[in-house]
Amino acid sequence: MKTANPKWGTRLLNAPYILWSMIFIIVPLIMVAVYAFTETANVFCIKAEYKGKTYDYEIEMYTGEILAGNPGNFVLDEEKAGNVNMDYAKEMVAQCLGAEYSEVTFVEAKPEYNRVSSFTFANIKTAFSGNYIRAFGLSLRLSVIATLISLLVAYPFAYALSRTGIRSQRIQMLLIMLPMWMNMLIRTYAWTDIIANNGIFNKMLGLIGIGPVQMLETEGAVIMGMVYNYLPYMILPIYTIMSKIEPSLLEAAEDLGCNGFQKLRRVIMPLSLPGVISGIIMVFVPSISTFYISYKMSNGKITLIGDLIETQMKNQMTTGGLNVGAALSLALMVIILICTFILNRTDKDGEGGMII
Amino acid sequence: MSEIKNLIELKNISMSFDGETVLDDLSLSIKDGEFVTFLGASGCGKTTTLRIIAGFIDPVQGDVFFDGKRINGVPPYRRSVNTIFQRYALFPHLNVYENVAFGLRVAKTPKNEIHERVMEILAMVNLKGLEHRKVDRLSGGQQQRVAIARAIVNRPKVLLLDEPLAALDYKLRKDMQNELKRIQRQLGITFIFVTHDQEEALSMSDTVVVMNEGKIQQIGSPTDIYNEPINAFVADFIGESNIIAGTMVRDYLVRMDGRNFTCLDSGFSENEPVDVVIRPEDVDIVPPERGMLEGEVTSVIFKGVHYEMIIDVCGFKWMVQTTDGQEVGDKVGLYIEPDAIHIMKKSKYSDMFGDYSTYSDEMEEALAGEEEVAE
Repeated sequence: MKTANPKWGTRLLNAPYILWSMIFIIVPLIMVAVYAFTETANVFCIKAEYKGKTYDYEIEMYTGEILAGNPGNFVLDEEKAGNVNMDYAKEMVAQCLGAEYSEVTFVEAKPEYNRVSSFTFANIKTAFSGNYIRAFGLSLRLSVIATLISLLVAYPFAYALSRTGIRSQRIQMLLIMLPMWMNMLIRTYAWTDIIANNGIFNKMLGLIGIGPVQMLETEGAVIMGMVYNYLPYMILPIYTIMSKIEPSLLEAAEDLGCNGFQKLRRVIMPLSLPGVISGIIMVFVPSISTFYISYKMSNGKITLIGDLIETQMKNQMTTGGLNVGAALSLALMVIILICTFILNRTDKDGEGGMII
Repeated sequence: MSEIKNLIELKNISMSFDGETVLDDLSLSIKDGEFVTFLGASGCGKTTTLRIIAGFIDPVQGDVFFDGKRINGVPPYRRSVNTIFQRYALFPHLNVYENVAFGLRVAKTPKNEIHERVMEILAMVNLKGLEHRKVDRLSGGQQQRVAIARAIVNRPKVLLLDEPLAALDYKLRKDMQNELKRIQRQLGITFIFVTHDQEEALSMSDTVVVMNEGKIQQIGSPTDIYNEPINAFVADFIGESNIIAGTMVRDYLVRMDGRNFTCLDSGFSENEPVDVVIRPEDVDIVPPERGMLEGEVTSVIFKGVHYEMIIDVCGFKWMVQTTDGQEVGDKVGLYIEPDAIHIMKKSKYSDMFGDYSTYSDEMEEALAGEEEVAE
C-alpha cells in the first residue's frame, strides 16, 4: 500500500530518531565495515632533529616494525621484537640515523592508536578460516537448537495463556517477566551453580541414586542458558498475536468441521505466524551472537563466535584484533541478515514480522 | 401428506453463567425446512439458545435432540449445522475462495468437487469474480455474502444465523432479507435466525419465537404474533400498541376508560381484569361528538406514510397512526371498531407497558431519575 506524503509537521517527528540512528547506528556500522576491510596499526610517531635536519619516523608498537622513515643500517634485536616501548623506539630512531642517542633531539614523540593504513581482504579471509568457521558453525547449530526449543516451549504456553482469564494472564505474565528484572549475568551465574557437579540438581539426582551427571561445560548447558535467558522474547510476541485472534474465528473453524488439531493447523498457526517469526528472530539473533552465556555455562570450554569477537577486541592492542573482530562481526551480521530474510519470506503478508 | 417431522427439539433447557440464569426451562421444537426466528431484546437468551444448538455451549439442564437423537455434548464439528456469525468471523488469512472452501477442505472433499461447489455457491450469492479478493477488502454486504456462502456450501441441515444483518445499513439490510429468504427457499433447509429487530422477524419468518428473560413468551406465525399477542410484553415488543387496563364485563363486551366496548373476544370469566391491546393504526380519528373517547392532540409527527399522533384521553396517552393530520391542541374523538380490540389475560407484564408518555423503558428510567433529583 502506498502511503500519502506526510505533512511537514509529521515528518519532523521523525527527526530525533533519524538523528539518533545516524549517530548510534549508521556511524558504528560504517566503522565496523571500515575496520573489517583495512589494516590498522598502533604506532609511535617520532619527529627527530639531527645535525640541523628533521626526520619523521613511524614505528609499530610492540613489533618494532619501521613503517615510515629510513631504517639505515638498523636491524631489530629479536629479543626486543614484540616488546617495543616508547623509550626503545627513540633509541631505534637514533640508531637508524647512525647517531648517538644524546646527539638526537626529539621534537615530538607520541603514540597513535588504530591508525587505518591500507585496504585488505585479509581480515575477512581470517574470519572465514579454521577456528573461526568452526565457531560460526557451532554458534549457528546451538542457537538454532535453542530457538527451536524456545518455540516448542513457548507456543503451547502462549496459546494456553491467551485463552485463560485476564487475571491469571496478568499473574503468569508477571512470572515470565520476573527473572528479567534481575541482571542477566547474575541469572546465568546462578545457573552455573545449580547445574554444577556438586550443585542442587546433581544433589537431587544423587538422592535417587543417579549421577553426578556432568551438565556444566556441555553444549546442553549452553543451549539451556540461551533458552532460559531468551524464552520470554519468544513468548511475548506469540502471546500478543494469539490474544488478538478473535474467539469467534475459532468457533467458526469448529463450526466448519475442525477438531482441535485441525483448528490449530488451519486457523491458529497461520494467524499466529507473524508472532512466531518475530519470536524466532528475537531469540535467534541474541543467541547466535552471545558470548557470556557460552563462556559461563562451559567455563570457557565452548567457544562461540561471540566469545572469539570478545577475545579479539580485548587483545586489540597486541594482535590487531580490532580488524579481525570487525570482520567477524560483519560476517555474523551477514549470516543474521540472510536468516531473517529467509524467515520474512515465509510471512507473505509481512504483518509484524519485519524485524531485522 | 405425512406430517413434517421435528428436526430439532429442545426439552426443558436451562442455562446459567456465573450463577445468573440465562435460559429458564425452555422447550421448543423446530420443523424441517422451517424459517424460525428467535426475537427478543439483548440478554433475553436468544443467542444462548442458538449457541446451544450449534454446540458451542452445553446446557446446564435439559436435552437437545437433532433428528431424534440426543446431541448434548456432541462437539460443533460433528453437528450438521452451520453458523453465520454476527461479525461474520471470516478468516483474515484466506481469500474469498478459500474462506468458502474451508469446510470442504476440512472434510477432505475431492479437489474438483470443491471447485465446482464453491463456484456454484459464489454464483448463488452473487460473488462471482471476487474469488481471489482478500476478505478485508470487501464491503460489509460482500463479507456477509461470503459468510453465507461459507456456511451453506457444506450443505448443512440447519443454518444458524446470529443477527447476521445487524451491521448492515437499512437498504442493504432489506435486500439481504430478501436474499436470505430466497436462499432458504432454494435450499429448502431449516433456518434459525436470531434478531432483535421485530420488523425483520415478521417479514422473514414462518415462525417467530418471542423471548424475554430466558423464557419463551409466544411462538407463532408473524400474523398470530402481531394480531393476537399473548401478553403485554409481546404486544409492546412487536409493533406499536396501546395497552389499556380493562374489565371483561361478559363475552364480547369489555369495559375501559369508563365505557363499554363491543369486541370479538370471549372465554373470560365475568368481570375478569384484562389487558386490552389496540394498535395505533386501528384507531379512527373522528369529530369529538362522534367519538367513543374524547381527547386532545399533544404531539404530531409526520412519518411519510402517515402521521403519528399522541392523544391525551383523561391522562392516558394514546398513539394513533392516521393519514389525516391534526394540529396540536385539537380536540378529537377516537372511534374503535370491535375487530380492532384484542383482549389479553393479565400477566406479570401487565403494568409495565401502557401508554405513550415515553417510547422506551430507558427513557422512562432516565425521566424517573430526573424527577428524583428534582425532589
